[in-house]
Amino acid sequence: MESEPAVEILERYAGDRSAVIRALQDIQEEYNYLPKEALEMTAQRLDVPLTQVLRAATFYKQFSLEPRGKHCINVCMGTACHVRGGQLILERLQRELDVEPGGTTKDMQFSLDVVRCIGCCSIAPVIRIDDDTHGRLRQNRLPRLLRRYAEEER
Amino acid sequence: MTMRITSLEQLEAVGREGLQSLYPGRVRIAVGVGSCGLASGAGEVLTSTEEAVRVQGLDAVVRGTGCLGFCQQEPLVDVLVPGKGRTVYHEMTADRAEELVGVVAQGDAKADWALCRMVAEDWIIDGSQHPLASGEAAEPNGIPLYQDLPFFRKQCKIVLRNCGFIDPMSIEQYIARGGYRAVYKALTGMQPQQVIEQVAASGLRGRGGAGFPTARKWQACREAPGEVKYLVCNADEGDPGAYMDRSILEGDPHSVLEGMLIGAYAIGAHKGYLYVRAEYPLAVQTLEAAIDAAREHGLLGDDILGTGFHFDVELVRGAGAFVCGEETALLASIEGTVGEPRQRPPFPAHKGLWDQPTNINNVKSWANVPVVISRGAEWFAAMGTEQSKGTMVFSLVGKVTNTGLVEVPMGISLQELVYDIGGGILDDKEFKAVQTGGPSGGCIPQELIHLPVDYEQLTEAGSMMGSGGMVVMDEDTCMVDVARYFLTFTKDESCGKCTPCRDGTKHMLDILTRICDGEGREGDVELLEDVGKLTKEASLCGLGGTAPNPVLTTIRYFRDEYDAHVVDKKCPAGVCKALIQYSISAEKCTGCGVCDQQCPEQCISGQDKDPRVIDQDKCIQCGVCRDVCRYDAVIVQ
Repeated sequence: MESEPAVEILERYAGDRSAVIRALQDIQEEYNYLPKEALEMTAQRLDVPLTQVLRAATFYKQFSLEPRGKHCINVCMGTACHVRGGQLILERLQRELDVEPGGTTKDMQFSLDVVRCIGCCSIAPVIRIDDDTHGRLRQNRLPRLLRRYAEEER
Repeated sequence: MTMRITSLEQLEAVGREGLQSLYPGRVRIAVGVGSCGLASGAGEVLTSTEEAVRVQGLDAVVRGTGCLGFCQQEPLVDVLVPGKGRTVYHEMTADRAEELVGVVAQGDAKADWALCRMVAEDWIIDGSQHPLASGEAAEPNGIPLYQDLPFFRKQCKIVLRNCGFIDPMSIEQYIARGGYRAVYKALTGMQPQQVIEQVAASGLRGRGGAGFPTARKWQACREAPGEVKYLVCNADEGDPGAYMDRSILEGDPHSVLEGMLIGAYAIGAHKGYLYVRAEYPLAVQTLEAAIDAAREHGLLGDDILGTGFHFDVELVRGAGAFVCGEETALLASIEGTVGEPRQRPPFPAHKGLWDQPTNINNVKSWANVPVVISRGAEWFAAMGTEQSKGTMVFSLVGKVTNTGLVEVPMGISLQELVYDIGGGILDDKEFKAVQTGGPSGGCIPQELIHLPVDYEQLTEAGSMMGSGGMVVMDEDTCMVDVARYFLTFTKDESCGKCTPCRDGTKHMLDILTRICDGEGREGDVELLEDVGKLTKEASLCGLGGTAPNPVLTTIRYFRDEYDAHVVDKKCPAGVCKALIQYSISAEKCTGCGVCDQQCPEQCISGQDKDPRVIDQDKCIQCGVCRDVCRYDAVIVQ
């Protein structure tokens, strides 16, 4: 890991004890998760105890200690989505992908997560796949939508 | 070339530049590219419009704009023709956009795609009106006027004044519509104390939910001993079902920066933070661009507007924790630790960021400030009710026909919001309740539909204003399930620091879950009430202090639904899976077979045109059959 981007990222925050979250955000963005070595390096470079780094890494929902799939699916569980059937959308995705929320498919294609409202309530129910938001969803549209992402860049 | 603005003349010069780009003297096509627009396909619409303009050689400017508020109708395309006014087209697609460009090139409009048109624009910041059409072009032409559409008629846009009217990436356009004049006025013509007095006289209260008088907060922070003071904009809009802050940051970021500048001057702060949710990438991007532009123009940094005043801001991205919307947790998060709240007092006004006096306000509160300063306290206070002045922005969503962001004077009734503006309940269903205030709020029933909406009235009804989420619920919404939904949320988001919140939310959720699963016991509802009251009383911060509200209000107003679950083991709304069954009406079923093709469990049988039958042993109650049935033949009991 010595020569990897984490070194460069942490260089920017070296010695700044208040930068734990920002550093972890940059690392998560780069690696898609927080590798164990990177957490240790963060503690070292920012001069904070490892427990403090781990506390932040496990407190905030944005962070993952496991590698994430190629595509990240965030199912909105906001109130508007809930009353318009968001739960049924989530359950369908669980069945289609055979993973629980928080999990990643065996082929590392998809990670499934729930999110507490992405603020697109007017077109509920909504899911976000990577950077794309899909609104006014119907569960029967999901299989085709998933195929579209799975077939991307093959 | 960018210029640093050091005088009113220079500010006006930039304003003229902005005016030129706002009303370019040729066709201007603006596509709404806020998050909801993009989610509805605005990206493709924008590309297709640009392409069509190029190919057809139309002399037009194409640009993006923020959300006009009618998110339901996205993607919106707004065509301004000099002298003829603005026409707003709705539910656009890439193909339609291409065709529209052709129509506009012919000098025509496409009436059947038009949502409304504008023949003049009101600038709330200085009260002026700017005609966009003249002569015959201003006469009725069959397309309804913006201000005549039921969705917009009762609205009064102070906070949303520029959303959907300017390109959020253009500081010049913000200045053109009167922006940064209020901060100039304050810096050059008012003492800090006078600014606070104006805000006090306006009656402006915190728009983040609790409704604390803004000026009182400012005064406390101004008077607090300490050399260094901080300002924070709370944009950690965590309430599910609320997205007004996102929309403001995406559509009019400078209004927030200007508000903060005025606040900084009044309080004596030189450093500010904007704490934005991780879930709002576009808002972060827009805000970053706005901050850069403001710095380049000398509106942030040293010697602002040539007055010698200095103030700068830093953007901090949240990392996904609802509790960080609570002010002390938010401060902890800015300091780089986990967002756990702490005991108050000391209040942040005395001991906030790095133990220095700190003032925290919500996005909407900040966006109100320039208008209060520019129009004066009296003008602002003329709107609203006795104790709640000005307007409130609501996200009107859920089972309502017209969904979107609406800004209305305080004191408007729920009836007007849901029926006049919202167009009533979706699919002509029966209205059941409105949920306000997110997980801290409650559900307000049909009986209270005439309730005037302000801070006090909502609190009295057992709910709260919150940040403005307003989720409409109909006969198909189960109120026990809603309570369980919110408790799932608050139990997960409880930071775990204090016992009443950590255990109270879990205990309530356990009880609600067993009720929904058909295992409710006699006395469960009373137990819920007991635990709820205790959690409310004993929790450390607002999260636990308000978490029981959804439970307590649903019990208060919908006790019969709880009893149906506990005693009769029935879910009247047909939501709780353990208590319902899907079946197909033999009378209504036409045997079209769409449901059995879509059923993931292949548990629907029937040949040719025979009515279909669901195998109850295999059915997983996913509801897809009801979703796809065009004949309303799937019954849930």
